[in-house]
Amino acid sequence: MLTFVGLGLYDEKDISLKGLCAVKNSDYVFAEFYTSRLMGIDIKGLEKFYGKDIHELKREDVEIHAEKIIEKAKRDDVCLLCGGDPMMATTHVDLRMRAEDAGVETKIIHGSSIQTAAIGICGLQNYKFGRSSTIARPYKDKVPETPYDVLKNNLKNNLHTLFFLDLSEDLSEAPMTIREGLEILLNIQERRREEILDIGIGIARAGSEDMEVKADFIEDLMEYNFGPPLHILIIPAKLHFMEAEALVKFARGPKEILER
Amino acid sequence: MVSRREMVEKVKKLMDKTERIRNIGIVAHIDHGKTTLTDNLLAGAGMISEDLAGKMLFMDYDEEEQERGITINAANVSMVHEYNGEDYLINLIDTPGHVDFGGDVTRAMRAVDGSVVVIDAVEGVMPQTETVLRQSLKENVKPLFFVNKVDRLINELKIDKKDMQKRLAKVIEEGNDLIKEINRDKYESGWRVNPTDGSVAFGSALYNWAISVTTMDETGVGFNEVYDYCKSGKMKELAERSPLHEVVFDMVIEHLPNPLEAQKIRLPAIWHGDMESEAARSMIECDRTGPVALMVTKILPDPHAGEVATGRLFSGTLKRGMEFNISGINRRNRVQQVGVYMGPDRIEVEEIPAGNIVALTGLKDAIVGSTVSNIEDVVPFEEIKHVSEPVVTVAVEAKNMKDLPKLIEVLRRISKEDPTIQVEINEESGEHLVSGMGELHLEVTAHKIEKEKKVPIITSEPIVVYREGVLSKAGPTEGVSPNRHNRFYIEVEPLQEPIIELLKSGSFSMRLPEIERRNLLMDAGFDKGGAKAVVDEYRSNLFLNMTKGIQYLPETMELILEGFKEVIRGGPLAKEPCQGIKVKLVDVKLHEDTIHRGPAQVIPAARNAIYAAILMAKPVLLEPIQKVFISAPKDYMGNVTRELQGRRGQISDIQTEGDVVVKGTAPVAEMFGFAGDIRSATEGRALWNTENVGFQALPQSLRADVVLGIRRRKGLKEKVPEPSDYI
Ligand SMILES: Nc1nc2c(ncn2[C@@H]2O[C@H](COP(=O)(O)OP(=O)(O)OP(=O)(O)O)[C@@H](O)[C@H]2O)c(=O)[nH]1
Ligand SMILES: [Mg+2]
Repeated sequence: MLTFVGLGLYDEKDISLKGLCAVKNSDYVFAEFYTSRLMGIDIKGLEKFYGKDIHELKREDVEIHAEKIIEKAKRDDVCLLCGGDPMMATTHVDLRMRAEDAGVETKIIHGSSIQTAAIGICGLQNYKFGRSSTIARPYKDKVPETPYDVLKNNLKNNLHTLFFLDLSEDLSEAPMTIREGLEILLNIQERRREEILDIGIGIARAGSEDMEVKADFIEDLMEYNFGPPLHILIIPAKLHFMEAEALVKFARGPKEILER
Repeated sequence: MVSRREMVEKVKKLMDKTERIRNIGIVAHIDHGKTTLTDNLLAGAGMISEDLAGKMLFMDYDEEEQERGITINAANVSMVHEYNGEDYLINLIDTPGHVDFGGDVTRAMRAVDGSVVVIDAVEGVMPQTETVLRQSLKENVKPLFFVNKVDRLINELKIDKKDMQKRLAKVIEEGNDLIKEINRDKYESGWRVNPTDGSVAFGSALYNWAISVTTMDETGVGFNEVYDYCKSGKMKELAERSPLHEVVFDMVIEHLPNPLEAQKIRLPAIWHGDMESEAARSMIECDRTGPVALMVTKILPDPHAGEVATGRLFSGTLKRGMEFNISGINRRNRVQQVGVYMGPDRIEVEEIPAGNIVALTGLKDAIVGSTVSNIEDVVPFEEIKHVSEPVVTVAVEAKNMKDLPKLIEVLRRISKEDPTIQVEINEESGEHLVSGMGELHLEVTAHKIEKEKKVPIITSEPIVVYREGVLSKAGPTEGVSPNRHNRFYIEVEPLQEPIIELLKSGSFSMRLPEIERRNLLMDAGFDKGGAKAVVDEYRSNLFLNMTKGIQYLPETMELILEGFKEVIRGGPLAKEPCQGIKVKLVDVKLHEDTIHRGPAQVIPAARNAIYAAILMAKPVLLEPIQKVFISAPKDYMGNVTRELQGRRGQISDIQTEGDVVVKGTAPVAEMFGFAGDIRSATEGRALWNTENVGFQALPQSLRADVVLGIRRRKGLKEKVPEPSDYI
């Protein structure tokens, strides 16, 4: 049996009670932090708190050598821990399919996802979101422009856009900041001679005690110091009056947006 | 002789007068007398003393050059010549004739506007004569002829007056035929050389005299007089009445364009940016007030200044302290010294305007071929593509382990200075594999590492460089990204011979306007759809995108091409470079989100699909082939043909008037040690030379062994991979 356990947003205590029971009762525990990271705790901390040895998997271990995980799950009760809600990462869907194909039973224990948390933190309405996208760092000077296209399309349909920011695989490289992400979008906007960026919302360290959220005009948001990672960026489309009010109240948004 | 100070002043003054500048290259088949000519021109212009010139080969000052009696390094020199009462600045490059150093000729052609093709009157037009003419015409550099060693016709061959003229006429005719064959348009529009208008000179570089139809009237020295002077051993007198440098420089000044005239003609051949842009206008007009655009054509180490980059300034004015972008590098470099050549030396100047050949220090990141400019995002000059590719490799190791870091640095420098040298590392053994144009090229390079750069090394026996190609179509194969969210479908097939030739010629470039590019491919036999689909060219292979309207493909293409290039740099059979392969992307399935189709996902997936497709398309190993040309006294005919045939050689022609002349081809792999063998087979009486002419499939019977040999040497698994290892 292979159980995907979502650890939620930030640290060891975001796991659900059901998830905790599953971990404690399992024979073997894997964890993977390249699709999403828990910034508030390290593996040692998790091991101590859950009282289990945890075996960390690198990207290749999941993508290329998945059979090792599956083999183990054929005989034992295996848990795979990951940040957020497990099936939000396509890779886990893939792994689950492979496991089922190999005759291994699978199960999901959910955790809270930044996708819903971020929406909730700033008080926007879930129904008004379009496709989300990841802003990736340039590779050899080539900037992927998909995030900008996604944004443009969403705005056209009057939908908000949630951006994940590049978590580079190489843990020595810092995760992308809101400022960096905005710079990339602004550069594309400038090159295309367009003007679609107006207001943005930044969220840092969602789920932690010192969570930070701030809505502002893009130029001001660029200057805002959000502190350590992880960061999330939302670019809203036209706001419902309740959304505008929520942004002012919960995200210290500029009063001007109430008048629009 | 004017004093050095006066000369410096003259040079400085002239470099500002663009109409009074001529940038020329001296080119020829090996030993036809380029360096002797250059020496005596320098002496004639008062730049070096006359006793130094000629016999001592002043320009071949390098120890290696002296020892071997050939030119290895192209050398820049400048001199002043008075013509019709006005001073002119001649920037001249003496180039090497040996095929192994042909890359230097190609590069020199980028810097100059005209060439003087030296042809030995006794040997006539030879294989390298054709090659250098091709190099010159490809760069839109106008050629003139200097028929040299006329003294030998008279004193050694002892031919009579009438035969002498006939013979000279024949040399000119053969040369002109080549120009016509290489570029008919240019030939017909006035680039045909013509003795009657003075675009050909005849003479003896060694004995310091020359004549041309134009100078005959003035000096009263014509063919008759030449004949008599030579016959009676009075060439000194001849040299006084009709001096070499006067005749040659007059011809150069009269018939070769100054930079203002030349850059208009040359730009379309060497730069493929927007012809309507400011950069284009400035280069076409050779505008010294425009932005700076310089191409580096030579880098030499300098004991004081580190490295000196020499190049042609096409636009703008260079000053000390200016900062420039170097093509392909993300850093800016600051110019420390700006200089020009005077005689063989470099003199520093405050500033120097467009149209000159300049010497700079401080450009740390520049390599030969770099475009140096202060225009943001300037389209670089067209790559200087040398006609032939490296065919021989040696493994190089530092004698003392502690020298390893130094060796790496030295190799890096050498490949900066000489782009026809390729350096690779065998990951397994840590050996450095150095590839070059021939045995001599590598010997000289090894010598340079030891003597000049002072790192004692051990080199292996030379081995040839192979290519990998395919014989049939295969695919589509499916390449899946490691995260399994993306799929790439690839087909491969062999490119037809005319296309490969086009790609190797260097006249095709992805920077050309799209229409022009397509037409070139279609003229060489490509269908229209295919020509439209070409998205990249790399080392004589093409990548085609056959898909239509796939979302996110444009931003993923760069990564797919990276995978393509990786395969081309090292094919599946033996990790040798691929050539002549058409790779087609026929379908793609991409993940929605950027982060799931990044480099770590796309590059391996594309690479694996291509590897698998090649393995299914009857992959073959191709070996380099040389044209061989041997002449020897008749008695040795049997020995000569035997030498060639014993080396899997094929004889294409045997001429037996006078000496026997044998022409043919043979694989480079069999030509190692030929020098010694032919010497003993002919008791040292043979003259011979070779030229690389591309690659051919290795005979079936040798394939398995050769592949195994390379795989072992490179530390690869002995077994050649199967398609299933990749997909
Ligand atoms: N008799 C005679 N010998 C000449 C003449 N010009 C050059 N030579 C000789 O030809 C040989 C080759 O001359 P170089 O000037 O080294 O020829 P090169 O073309 O520079 O040779 P590479 O640079 O090695 O290609 C030397 O021995 C010269 O002395 C000439 O006009 N008459
Ligand atoms: Mg020479």
